[in-house]
Amino acid sequence: MEKQNLKGWLYLLPAILFLGAFMVYPLIDVLIYSFEEGYNSASQTAFGTGIFNYSYVLRDPYFLQALKNTVLLVAITVPVSTGIALLISLGLNSIQKLRNLYQTIFFLPYVTNTLAVGMVFMILFKKTPYSDGLINLLISWFGGSTVDFIEGPYWAKMFVMCVYTIWVVMPFKVLVLTGALASVREDFYNAARIDGASKGRMFRRITLPMISPSMFYLVITGFIGAFKAYSDAVALFGTDLNAAGMNTLVGYIYDMLYGNSGGYPSYASAAAIILFAIVLTITVINLLISRKHVHYA
Amino acid sequence: MNYQTLERKTLAKKAVSKGLTYALLSLWALLVLFPFYWMILSSVKSYSAYNGESVPSLITLHPTIENYFSAFADVALDRYLLNTLFFSVVTTGLMLVVTVLAAFGFSRLSFKGRDLAFTLFLALMMIPSELVVITNFVTITKMDLRNTFMGLILPSVTSVFYIYLLKENFSQIPDELYWAAKADGTSDMKYLFKVMVPICKPTLITITILKIIECWNSYVWPRLITDDSNFYLVSNGIQEIREHGFGRENIPAMMAAVVVISLPLILLFLVFRKKIMEGVARGGTKG
Repeated sequence: MEKQNLKGWLYLLPAILFLGAFMVYPLIDVLIYSFEEGYNSASQTAFGTGIFNYSYVLRDPYFLQALKNTVLLVAITVPVSTGIALLISLGLNSIQKLRNLYQTIFFLPYVTNTLAVGMVFMILFKKTPYSDGLINLLISWFGGSTVDFIEGPYWAKMFVMCVYTIWVVMPFKVLVLTGALASVREDFYNAARIDGASKGRMFRRITLPMISPSMFYLVITGFIGAFKAYSDAVALFGTDLNAAGMNTLVGYIYDMLYGNSGGYPSYASAAAIILFAIVLTITVINLLISRKHVHYA
Repeated sequence: MNYQTLERKTLAKKAVSKGLTYALLSLWALLVLFPFYWMILSSVKSYSAYNGESVPSLITLHPTIENYFSAFADVALDRYLLNTLFFSVVTTGLMLVVTVLAAFGFSRLSFKGRDLAFTLFLALMMIPSELVVITNFVTITKMDLRNTFMGLILPSVTSVFYIYLLKENFSQIPDELYWAAKADGTSDMKYLFKVMVPICKPTLITITILKIIECWNSYVWPRLITDDSNFYLVSNGIQEIREHGFGRENIPAMMAAVVVISLPLILLFLVFRKKIMEGVARGGTKG
């Protein structure tokens, strides 16, 4: 039996080593960092412990800007992308011809490099001295006035950011929702049809309750994913996000750690823990709400 | 109203809603495909033609591949591609070894503390990578592993989720098979690699592909840990090209680089479409 025990742990050993070194230890360490004041990475010393890092971060205008950007991004993209994904999935589920082709196309953004395709979006939206770019061309065709979406006003930058985020997250949502819709049993609809239920009623009374666990799953992962937005912003606005006024919470953490404004692991740690607390709170709130509204068959 | 007009009305209604459905789906397909089209189109326009268009044109009559040559000549695109390939293959390989061993331990062997260990592993799935990246950055810097493949690869190896996925799959293999093999004197290792791994090949292929996609697209960790362009991966290469390479105006060459970087994953996707979509549906992220 002793030998069996040892053998079992031996099989786990590589995983434990990797996880221990790069996940468990850092987790403890980041907490310690966040409470160490004036930590200096060169001398590896700190003045003392306290909550100064947190209060510094919470008063830093760059952090507040990043918080505002991230919250806006979450508040816009999560409902919009889930709504569009539901529409598209309903459409996909109601057709037979070309369904595979559509599904393949819709999934494409998932397998593309966020940085690479972000550059294409940047070019489409950017206004340069010699050309207004394609999107502005469309706007002026419809009689609007052109605007630089990449280096222009805040709302325009936010708009591109949201558009690109929705474009990127859509494949996952459509995939999950089409799967959920396909698994709703046909007998329910047949029974409802015999009772003369209208389409809208069938959707509200059968489809929505049956797919509510998936919808809920998407909302939670959507919140978490959008709160961690970063590389999409880099793709559109470049690495100096603070200067562009388009930083995100995760971007703020990395900028504190590294780059031109970097070298402050303590501030980065405090910001990371604040981010984690926000995400955790929202997930818990979501869970509490879902108890009332999600129907688990 | 007689039966026939009623029927005709219903049919007409159906046709209209079908038409609307296809219109909606096609519109979204267009929105998805357009950036890809635009990137290919811009990459085959010549530099002067591209910059001469104050109104971007939707087609080009004189496609050229010179941009692809300059993409490889002006920046070290081939180097970035090789780096990424090496990084992806080694990371994925190590991940597979670690995952297969751990999944075997969790599913096939019984030993003291196994269930507790598994619960702790699952708990780790909730930990966002942003939280651990800070210390990892400090650790790797202290170990003097910045700008090395070791530093890039080591923290990227483990994925708890894949261990979980494979463990579930391994657990479905009937115990009788194991006892029969034991009776024949097969060692655990041999049983694992000759029986379990082949049976679970579909799952293994799925996690391999998902990991390769993850590696190919990784940006944050490589950016933190490399500032020597000899160790850049494609994502960092792209960012570098955008900020310093080509002169910022040479969009066609930039787009050629973007096409070259995007192509491998798109090909992989087209070949393994079913497997990738199944795997992502079972627990992908990026949503």
